[in-house]
Amino acid sequence: MSLDISFIGILIGSIMASSVPLILAASGELITERSGVLNLGVEGMMIIGAISGFALMVITDNLFIAIVGSMFSGVIISLIFGFLTQSLLTNHVATGLALTIFGIGLSAMLGKNFVGIPGKEFPILFSSLRESIPFFGPILFGHSIVLYFAFALPFLTNYFLKKTKLGLVVRAVGDSPVSASNQGINVIIVRYCCILYGGAMCGLAGAYLSLIYTPQWIENMTAGRGWIALALVVFATWSPIKVLIGALIFGGITILQLHMQAIGFRIPVQFLSALPYLMTIIVLVVISRDSRKIKLNTPTSLGRIFYKEK
Amino acid sequence: MYKNFFRYLISAIFLLGFSVNSNADFKVGFVYVGPTGDHGWTFQHHEGRNAVEAAGIKTTFVESVPEGADAERVIRQLAQSGHDLIFTTSFGYMDPTNKVAKDFPNVKFEHATGYKREHPNVSTYSARFYEGRTLLGHIAGKMTKTNTIGYIASFPIPEVIRGINAMTLAAQKVNPNIKTKIVWVFTWYDPGKEAEAAQALIDQGADVIMQHTDSTAPVQTAEKAGVWSFGQASDMQRFAPKSILTSIIDDWAPYYVERAIAARDGKWNQQDTWHGLKEGMVAMGPYNSAMGADLVKEVEQLQKDLASGKVHSFTGPIYDQKGNILVAEGKVADDGMLAGMSVYVKGVEGDIPK
Amino acid sequence: MALYFFTPFIAIILTILGGGIIFYILGFNPIEALKFYFITPISNLYGLSELLLKATPLCLIAIGLSFCFKSNNWNIGAEGQLTFGAIVGGGVALLFYNQEGFYILPLVILAGAIGGMIFALIPAILKTYFNTNEILVSLMLVYVSKLLLDYLVVGPWSNPEGFNFPETRQFSDSSRMPLLFESLRIHAGIFLALAAVMLSWFILYKTYLGFQIKVSGLSLKTAKYAGFKGKTMILVVFMISGACAGLAGVGEITGPIGQLHRMISPDYGFTAIIVAFLGRLNPFGIIFASLVVALTYLGAETAQIFLQIPKYTGQVFQGMILFFLLASDYLLFFKVKILNLKKNELRH
Repeated sequence: MSLDISFIGILIGSIMASSVPLILAASGELITERSGVLNLGVEGMMIIGAISGFALMVITDNLFIAIVGSMFSGVIISLIFGFLTQSLLTNHVATGLALTIFGIGLSAMLGKNFVGIPGKEFPILFSSLRESIPFFGPILFGHSIVLYFAFALPFLTNYFLKKTKLGLVVRAVGDSPVSASNQGINVIIVRYCCILYGGAMCGLAGAYLSLIYTPQWIENMTAGRGWIALALVVFATWSPIKVLIGALIFGGITILQLHMQAIGFRIPVQFLSALPYLMTIIVLVVISRDSRKIKLNTPTSLGRIFYKEK
Repeated sequence: MYKNFFRYLISAIFLLGFSVNSNADFKVGFVYVGPTGDHGWTFQHHEGRNAVEAAGIKTTFVESVPEGADAERVIRQLAQSGHDLIFTTSFGYMDPTNKVAKDFPNVKFEHATGYKREHPNVSTYSARFYEGRTLLGHIAGKMTKTNTIGYIASFPIPEVIRGINAMTLAAQKVNPNIKTKIVWVFTWYDPGKEAEAAQALIDQGADVIMQHTDSTAPVQTAEKAGVWSFGQASDMQRFAPKSILTSIIDDWAPYYVERAIAARDGKWNQQDTWHGLKEGMVAMGPYNSAMGADLVKEVEQLQKDLASGKVHSFTGPIYDQKGNILVAEGKVADDGMLAGMSVYVKGVEGDIPK
Repeated sequence: MALYFFTPFIAIILTILGGGIIFYILGFNPIEALKFYFITPISNLYGLSELLLKATPLCLIAIGLSFCFKSNNWNIGAEGQLTFGAIVGGGVALLFYNQEGFYILPLVILAGAIGGMIFALIPAILKTYFNTNEILVSLMLVYVSKLLLDYLVVGPWSNPEGFNFPETRQFSDSSRMPLLFESLRIHAGIFLALAAVMLSWFILYKTYLGFQIKVSGLSLKTAKYAGFKGKTMILVVFMISGACAGLAGVGEITGPIGQLHRMISPDYGFTAIIVAFLGRLNPFGIIFASLVVALTYLGAETAQIFLQIPKYTGQVFQGMILFFLLASDYLLFFKVKILNLKKNELRH
């Protein structure tokens, strides 16, 4: 293998492209979790986004409608979760799990007639610059608009949470719903919004797979990426910027593993695939051991049901 | 003795329920490992089923049957509900198929890609996909500019290793400088991962990509990157019209129709079928005109010769990686050796994962 | 209280109605479809035996989970504990692959239970001593154990005569669960499940430990005031839960499967969470729930065989049952609320 600088640029470009669905889904779930809601339905929302995006592309022949539609369907499906957990006060874990099972089944049902149809070419931006600039070309250029959005998203999310009033409200709701409520914040509404936003981002993550990354519809095509996205949020200790770094590490492990095989290294593939999960557990232990650290990082009321008597 | 009698009595009572659903019509059942919507392995078997249906024979299928404890129940249920011939289309159904066959001697069973025929009513069948790989190797050897062929492999079972070897031998014949780079993904089906494997191979300098996995993701990745690729299991041309040079197509339809008719007419016999290009179980998709008329002609001739038996994919001398002779000069590998193939031939780099 | 056990029936009825609507939309006769879904699979004794076979692992795991959930410990990694139990139990069975002896099966079962227990102890210890979130740790460990199984059956444990196929040797007959009836697959593992039901009922309702578990489920603070050792209890419930999942795993590999390969469980560990909720975390409720959920698997198969209804409707059903069940809890919640909920109180 040629370890020259332009090759590394290509490699980084590949890793970036593979990390997009993780960044999108994890950024969405991060906001949901920051408001104190644990939605384990990421995989289900992603697969629904994947099929509805693809189906809309086939039906309308319009990629814009497809992308927006996938986000909208993510919102709709997360509304089920929101209604159950927020209005009917159901258990977050069980509801999220049901959402995933339901979503996988429903997507197969909706997708029956869309199997075997090739996707459409998704426009790529600045493709000429990609070839002409070594190293930076493949990193910065020649990607879809969704990738640029995904890489901007963690920064936007960070700004939103730290600098805007609304972001403060979300964090307050997640850290202490009781005092937030006492200050006149409508906890339920805030959580609803965060759940729906999470749904939209997961829907978009699914559409990235079915419209851009591997443009086609096949049953179960998310293949567990939703669960990795859940791990990623924890790995990132609920910090948006770290989501970005974590996604690159998680994606990087997979890509580098494949490259090492191609060069002829014998490596324990299963061990490397398990690394993201093991690293997440280690990070959890490190941040949780110190009660001050955990207060800094974790939304304190994560997964707890909030009920306000009228 | 008494205990045994009791057990048989209870079983007899339980089994009474079986005959209720039986039906006079001749029916064929199919058990699939994936969803019919996978557009790969299961999709092709489903196409075969459609052909049987078109031949005027009633069929039934069950999709996404896990290769664990559930398989036996599904197979048994099909046998019990009046199906006369049952195709079980994944290697993992081998033991359940034989187990159910024992209890239903009047029902015929056909198990794909396995090797156990423990009862007279069990046949096995598979396709000589390696003949297709020989053609791909020939094309790849001629088309590559970087002399690097990328190969996405699933599990290190004989069928996959046979494919890698057949391809490498054929490619070496037309281009002694080629290198085969192999990436094992340890899945038959994960579009994202297959795409990443294809991209890694492309980034490593491969300009021809082939796959022994099921999804269309690798050919789409190749299309995007502007390198050559080959379709797998079904004709994937419409997913990558520029990139695909040809596809190896699993065409189960003729076999399924033939066996169904034989079973219906009482002419079904146990057999171990291993069909290839000759019988049409392995078929080739249309050749890409980018190959040039000469190469297309050459490959078509080779395809004919493989089909007629004039050329064999594994003709000696063949050496393993250490230089030991596997097949002597002038000989061809016998089916026993092919079926159990578990070493790379000379020229393939790296080790088989263990 | 009556309502508490009545709501699961409402959920099931709503699911059946919802299912009928889905079948109608898909172009099937809803009545006929529902008949093939819920009645045909169990219309003969063979079908009933298969239902029990399928319900056995679900029931075992859900019984274990009920200990965790009752005490507010969210172990959602039963699938991982099942897998690890099967790895340890299967490892022992492979040691004896060419031997026979009455002592082998008990050893294998014991090893499976211990394997599941050890694997469940990881999230428990991390929770008690490092304050980590058990939901996330137990979930992550599911994938770790599945990859470990993958590694073993592809690599070091793969059958030397098996042409590199990703599976181990067949276990010897002495490592297999005895079958209850000739030519039916239902095996002695069902007694393990029944024993677990009885034992859990006894522990939960007749012992001090059961009292502790329930109290700490109501409120951790109350439990602390009452002087309970919270940490020990967390470890104990996780161990019970892990052992049950491990038993379920070993029951599958020594029962119907007979070897280790990559697909030993179609996500029983996750489905059992539905079972535990549907059964109201009550041992006898769980028996009933495991049968209902097992029926959705069998029904999906029969419906496809007889009517060609796509298989994924089974998943849609399972999701819907849980949705409706959780939703119908709302009725219940208001009843409880009148009794004891104070203003703005947080409920887990």
